[in-house]
Amino acid sequence: MERIPILKMGPFLLVTIQVDLYDRLALTLENDLINMVSKTEAKGVLIDISAVSIVDSFMGRILGNIASMSKIMDAATVVVGMQPAVAITLVELGLTLSGVHTALDVEQGMELLRNKIGHLDTDEEGLYDSFI
Amino acid sequence: MIVLSKEKLPIQREQDVILFRNRIKELATKTGMSLVNQTKLITAASELVRNMLRYGGGGVTQLEIVSKNSIPGVRLTFKDEGPGIPDVQQAMKDGFSTGKSLGLGLPGAKRLVNEFDIKSEPGKGTTVTITRWKNGL
Amino acid sequence: MNKDTAAYLKGKKKQILETWMHNQVQDAALRDDLMSVAELQQQSEEFLSALLNAFGTPEAEDTQSAGYEPINDILSEIAISRARQGFSPRETNTYILSLKQVLSQQLEEFLSDNTALLYREILSMNSIMDSLAVIAMETYIKGREEVILRQTNEMSEISTPVIRVWEGILALPIIGTLDSARTQVVMEALLEEIVATGSRIAILDISGVPTVDSLVAQHLIKTVSAARLMGAECVISGIRAEIAQTIVHLGIDLTNIYTKASLASALKMAFSMLNIQVTRGSKQNTGF
Repeated sequence: MERIPILKMGPFLLVTIQVDLYDRLALTLENDLINMVSKTEAKGVLIDISAVSIVDSFMGRILGNIASMSKIMDAATVVVGMQPAVAITLVELGLTLSGVHTALDVEQGMELLRNKIGHLDTDEEGLYDSFI
Repeated sequence: MIVLSKEKLPIQREQDVILFRNRIKELATKTGMSLVNQTKLITAASELVRNMLRYGGGGVTQLEIVSKNSIPGVRLTFKDEGPGIPDVQQAMKDGFSTGKSLGLGLPGAKRLVNEFDIKSEPGKGTTVTITRWKNGL
Repeated sequence: MNKDTAAYLKGKKKQILETWMHNQVQDAALRDDLMSVAELQQQSEEFLSALLNAFGTPEAEDTQSAGYEPINDILSEIAISRARQGFSPRETNTYILSLKQVLSQQLEEFLSDNTALLYREILSMNSIMDSLAVIAMETYIKGREEVILRQTNEMSEISTPVIRVWEGILALPIIGTLDSARTQVVMEALLEEIVATGSRIAILDISGVPTVDSLVAQHLIKTVSAARLMGAECVISGIRAEIAQTIVHLGIDLTNIYTKASLASALKMAFSMLNIQVTRGSKQNTGF
């Protein structure tokens, strides 16, 4: 069965969607990705959709689900490279992906994830401080 | 309104959707539609074809290039012989869903096209027709 | 139209043209600033010869018939060129109506002893000229519409420049009313430029937008949402006091959107978002 590859880069997981998605493929991706987050204890998930020409409400929901599920497992999700036409269509459709972080490209997305981890670290230190 | 070309495409499996989307793109490109309008049309079609597969058990789509006042456009018809929609008005509301979706399918699709028509008879099936004009907003 | 009448009018062509030209030149509405008299004379002669020829054909009263094709062509050309040159509808219509007057006079002279025939011929001439006037009007309006459409397209293209004000910061000064059509152009231009330049912040300056109603606000919110989906943030600047008042009175919710009163403060905010510091250099280094 067709699958979308997930790459591990340090504490992050990287997914580049290069094909047009149909519903079952998207569901498989959600499943695989969440299992990978749990297995690798990843701190962040980066999904590059710059090659995707259509995001409809189902695909939007999958992206939202991945973000919410990852968050429960303490991983941040960033979607990068959304095409202008796709963004305009999603807004018109009434979908704003409120729980998902976004960035213009992989580079900025990585920076965002690194910042998120940085904040987490300092937060945790602060937490210990208050314990002591 | 003049019909310039007409073809039919049956949709039975999820994989058929990809072919269907690509065919719409070809037709829309032929009319000179902008990328944003193409994307809106294909996204709307994607919502409707999912409904057709999920609730209607598949069906037949019809793809047409039409022209009104010498402005070209693409008209798509989705016809299934499923259980139909008992309350169309309710189904057209944002956030209403009988399945486990966001309930943006029908109302969202309507917002993405210029003309939207839905006819449904419980027990007989549902037919949805959408049109997007080349320069429509 | 009677054959004899048509032949008579054809014979009188020179005279008709003269009177017609005279009437047109005498008319206070003549725009000799838009078209020279010589040009008008040539245009009129061409039209008159074609018309008098058509009078002689069997289906003279049917302006859709083949005999009228050249006339309709000439007439359309005249009407369209007049629309583009900026003639008023009255001036365009006077062209046909002044000829009608001359033709009536000629018919009266020719058929003064046969009132019944005169009545019929005048009636038939009238119906021909009236339908020609309608064609002229229709084409004139079409020509004007083309002009308007072209100007609208040009305007929406010119009036939405996307400016790169800093590395990673774009500014979009919006001038004029924002309707759905323009918003789409503006939105697309902005989002394309965000991708092309990799800019993380876009400033939408609305100082040049006369009024903000709920529709305009909705368009702005949509633009901001689309930019966010792509990973860029928008700041709306140039909000005047009366616009702030309308927004609150209309109950429009802009709480999720960064707003600033001026472009300068929006730029300042963008700098701090990108962690950029701008400092004043020492005096010797400046050229002032």
